[in-house]
Amino acid sequence: MQMLTFATPPVDAGAEALRGEVRRFLADEMPGRTPLQRAASWSGSDPAFSRKMGERGWIGMTWPKRYGGHERSALDRYVVLEEMLAAGAPVGHHWIADRQSGPSILRHGTEAQRQQILPRIAAGACSFCIGMSEPDSGSDLAAARTRAQRVQRGWLANGTKLWTSGAHQADYMILFCRTGATEGDRHGGASQFLVDIEQARGSGLTVRPILDMRGAHHFNEVVIEDLLLPEDALLGREGDGWAQVTAELAFERSSPDRFLSAFALLTEAVRALGPAAPERAAVAVGRLVSHTLALRRLSRSVAGMLQAGKDPALQAALVKDLGNTLEQDTVETVRLLVDAEPSEEDGSPPLAAVLAHLVLTAPSFSLRGGTREILRGIIARGLGLR
Amino acid sequence: MSDPLADSAERLFAAYAGKAVVRAAEHGVFPQSLWDALIRAGFTAALLPEHAGGVGATVAEAMALLRIAAAHAAPIPLAETMLAGWLLAEAGLPVPEGALTVAPVRLRDVLTLRRAEDGWHLTGTASRVPWARDAAAIAVLAEGPDGPTVALLHPDSFTLARRDRNLAGEPRDTITVDTVLAADAAAAPFGPAQLRAAGAAVRTVQIAGALSRALSLSVQYAQIRVQFGRPIGKFQAIQHSLAVMAGQAAAALAAADMATDALAGGLDLLRVGAAKARAGEAASIAAGLAHQAHGAIGFTQEYELHFATRRLWSWRDEFGNEAEWNGVVGRAVLAAGPDGLWPLLTAA
Ligand SMILES: Cc1cc2nc3c(=O)[nH]c(=O)nc-3n(C[C@H](O)[C@H](O)[C@H](O)COP(=O)(O)OP(=O)(O)OC[C@H]3O[C@@H](n4cnc5c(N)ncnc54)[C@H](O)[C@@H]3O)c2cc1C
Repeated sequence: MQMLTFATPPVDAGAEALRGEVRRFLADEMPGRTPLQRAASWSGSDPAFSRKMGERGWIGMTWPKRYGGHERSALDRYVVLEEMLAAGAPVGHHWIADRQSGPSILRHGTEAQRQQILPRIAAGACSFCIGMSEPDSGSDLAAARTRAQRVQRGWLANGTKLWTSGAHQADYMILFCRTGATEGDRHGGASQFLVDIEQARGSGLTVRPILDMRGAHHFNEVVIEDLLLPEDALLGREGDGWAQVTAELAFERSSPDRFLSAFALLTEAVRALGPAAPERAAVAVGRLVSHTLALRRLSRSVAGMLQAGKDPALQAALVKDLGNTLEQDTVETVRLLVDAEPSEEDGSPPLAAVLAHLVLTAPSFSLRGGTREILRGIIARGLGLR
Repeated sequence: MSDPLADSAERLFAAYAGKAVVRAAEHGVFPQSLWDALIRAGFTAALLPEHAGGVGATVAEAMALLRIAAAHAAPIPLAETMLAGWLLAEAGLPVPEGALTVAPVRLRDVLTLRRAEDGWHLTGTASRVPWARDAAAIAVLAEGPDGPTVALLHPDSFTLARRDRNLAGEPRDTITVDTVLAADAAAAPFGPAQLRAAGAAVRTVQIAGALSRALSLSVQYAQIRVQFGRPIGKFQAIQHSLAVMAGQAAAALAAADMATDALAGGLDLLRVGAAKARAGEAASIAAGLAHQAHGAIGFTQEYELHFATRRLWSWRDEFGNEAEWNGVVGRAVLAAGPDGLWPLLTAA
């Protein structure tokens, strides 16, 4: 068995100075936002807010300056992310681009793609969505059927993507699809493309809303019919799609958004309970905080390992699985401590509204970004059992 | 990991703390050659500052030794000797040679110190004192006339009123004291809460060690035990149980690191409390899963899983269980309020 190791998170005094700067920014920007808006956290999109963050240099922080980045450390970036999440800032517009699409382009993109797209992401002016899942391909991503065929001036794509978060607002989608024969290797013959959504709409790409059970429009069905993708839409190498998408998922899984999704509810619970709360409540709240502290340590360790050029895929899966469990536990714990029936109707007390929001979104925490079962499979492989 | 100190500790415990030694200790045989080897290696002094006889190790190095000792179920009072030495050094008292321990360790037990003619009069009863029967001296934190006071007790100045043990067979004895001490009992710079926190910190580190052992035993067993024609580790249900265990092991490691940092600087009760509570919960979950994955063999005295799991079930309760420490954490958070919550969690 490979011994589990989590490197000690590096200490960085500069990052702590940055923390103060971020808090001052949030103190100016956040007061008008309700607890319910805060609960939406990175699902809440506000392009103006993202542009302000871009002006501060808080998007694409670790990227090279020549692509609009700021060459800051992974720990600096971590501080900005966690401060935004803890405050429930509306970072959704740039979140996916900053977390995974940008880093993928930086790693696999052509010079032209990098120069054209990365500075816009860093400015907070460019939004991405993830085109992985399909009707018959969820956990089993290798079963994707969407296909792009080589034609004279590029590629002709056909297929359907599903659950595509934010496709209705995004500038780009990174499309994962087949480009060749699988020939025995299920992971072979796949590629990724940069799809300019504005350009593609009306010429083969249709975005159809899917309402979630809260009635909110968050994800979509993206139907692709004879969509012509130009030659330079290919991201990375033809046939390398599987390796690229796996690396992208490692970025997706290691971020603090995987354990702070219910933090707004914990904050409201602390407010409602007050300092004189009964011992039972103190113990239960304390437990959530103890879990949060341990997770934060693990998560910062993963950030440090990424910074050091290591591949913490196993550690990231462990953090996401523990983190999702904590997020869902938070909902079940808080509802038993407070006297509030969940409701998001206008005029509901903040606690009832935040509780309602989280009761109805919590099931997705252990689905999006890889289900609990898939993560545990990855961990089991790391333990040498598969 | 190429850490020479950890490597030499692994070798030492592998050589001196085998199954036979662990078993014999449960029947009352103190593992003297193991203990002598630890003293030779300087491990028992690892947590002491150099001026008090330390060996120049960092707190993190000392705790790494403790974690490795726990992973080997080494049946010796290493944690207690470190703790007692730390307490004496903090109080400015000399640290004696040999195995040491601390008292009291239970919240309700109080030892009282009154001024006597030419020194101090110490009285009281302390239960569940770890390794009291084997200790060369006990560092006590007594209620004195001017507040909490540290004193050093030698075996001839207390009575071993009851020989008790924890679930792992480690000595947890009751001592009664009614003795006159010389004037060199010094005022301690901290209260009982700090001793309890330091105790919780070392138990947290030990839990992380024992839990990693339970995990590696379970993974190894799942790879060799064959049922239905394949190793049970090939069944997804077993894989997922062990993945959950690995998550708990990771959380316990994080808790141990938090406890170590706290011990190295100021013993912040919020962090120690969170660490002990989180590790205790991890112990409970992981011990159950480890036994489930082992089937009946894990339930036998012959097989070694219980060396780890009985320690987990003992240590999670010692120096405060999850409810106690989560309560401390929760009170701090509720006092900080909604706007103080996040700053409290991120304070370095
Ligand atoms: C809110 C939300 C937003 C999302 N956004 C996006 C997005 O932007 N882009 C995108 O591409 N996708 C997105 N997804 C899709 C998400 O990635 C998938 O839901 C996820 O990968 C699971 O696929 P599925 O829903 O088809 O479930 P399935 O794969 O059908 O799984 C159903 C159940 O079976 C289990 N299961 C499947 N295979 C195995 C196995 N081998 N062993 C054990 N159990 C198994 C699963 O764990 C799950 O419990 C989003 C999902 C949600 C809920």
